[in-house]
Amino acid sequence: MSLPFKVVLLAGTLCSTAASAHEFSSGAVVIDHPWARVTAASAPVAGAYLTVTNTGSEPDRLLGGSTPIASRIEIHQMTMDDGVARMRLLPDGAEIAPGATIELAPGGMHLMLIGPDRQLVEGDSFKATLEFARSGTIDIEFVIQRTALGGATGDGEHAGHKP
Amino acid sequence: MKGLRLFRLAVWAAVFVLGGFLLISMQFPESQVGRQTTASGTAKVGGPFSLLTPAGKRIDNQSLAGRPYIVFFGFTYCPDICPTTLFELTDLMADLGPDADSFEVLFVTVDPERDTPAALSSYMTSFDSRITALRGSATETENTLKSFSAYAKKVPLETGGYTMDHTAGVFLMRPDGGFTGMMDMHEPRETKLEKLRRLARMANTVQG
Ligand SMILES: [Cu+2]
Repeated sequence: MSLPFKVVLLAGTLCSTAASAHEFSSGAVVIDHPWARVTAASAPVAGAYLTVTNTGSEPDRLLGGSTPIASRIEIHQMTMDDGVARMRLLPDGAEIAPGATIELAPGGMHLMLIGPDRQLVEGDSFKATLEFARSGTIDIEFVIQRTALGGATGDGEHAGHKP
Repeated sequence: MKGLRLFRLAVWAAVFVLGGFLLISMQFPESQVGRQTTASGTAKVGGPFSLLTPAGKRIDNQSLAGRPYIVFFGFTYCPDICPTTLFELTDLMADLGPDADSFEVLFVTVDPERDTPAALSSYMTSFDSRITALRGSATETENTLKSFSAYAKKVPLETGGYTMDHTAGVFLMRPDGGFTGMMDMHEPRETKLEKLRRLARMANTVQG
């Protein structure tokens, strides 16, 4: 759990300039750096990630979303237990306490696009709408990256540059 | 002061013991890993299996004899860890260059029901062409999992459809089909590269 978290923190730092241009808000909710992982040819699903901050004084809840490029979006939780990876649906979505930030990041929570109508290619982007219990709907745009850092795969420190 | 000195002494003792251990494990990498595995109670890894490539070629532990290889389990309906592993292996193999020709890389689907040969062959075009997807019948898949002491289980999702719980690590196998260790995608890139280089060297040793 600690590594994906670290990666997100790093991504947050490195992308801080880009993030200002890649931030969406509605009501009390702020969405930062929504990105989706590149997919393999004809992959039947895609993983998408983002950070949500609740700037309000009431709890809110990410309920789900939709995108024109996939049949639907589900909220999933990954866990790794004794070397076994498990993915479960979060039927009630993800709660964001007042003032809190939640991270959807590799190895943890993700949005899963079911049945994308195209291969997700690095550098492309696509629109989506997220639905919140209190703040309503927010239109956002996912950028497509190879990793959380947007560079080559690998651990946080080395991603993005090759020896 | 006395406490501090004792502490230093303990640290140095630990350094010597650890250093000695590392030295031994570098000299006898295979046997050491094997012994550790048994000692920690981890089940035996390595055994017979037989699966098909998307093109219909049969690959089994016999046909791999004499070549080191890498095995990992996954499925194409996996959005997170499986594509990450495949993309990462692709990058690592690019870094290794011709060294990556010295071992086989096998991606075994735990979801033969949805991962048809056609689906797999299309999916694999996005990764290093030296990575081979393998698929078997339900029984063949089950037997392969058993041979690697790996786990996979079909789990229905409330929204319809299903997902697969599965062992996520990457198995590193010696030319004689014995297990030499795991590679975790969270390890530093250099560690992963060194593990793969070591695997490549095993191939060269066998040839020479
Ligand atoms: Cu998912």
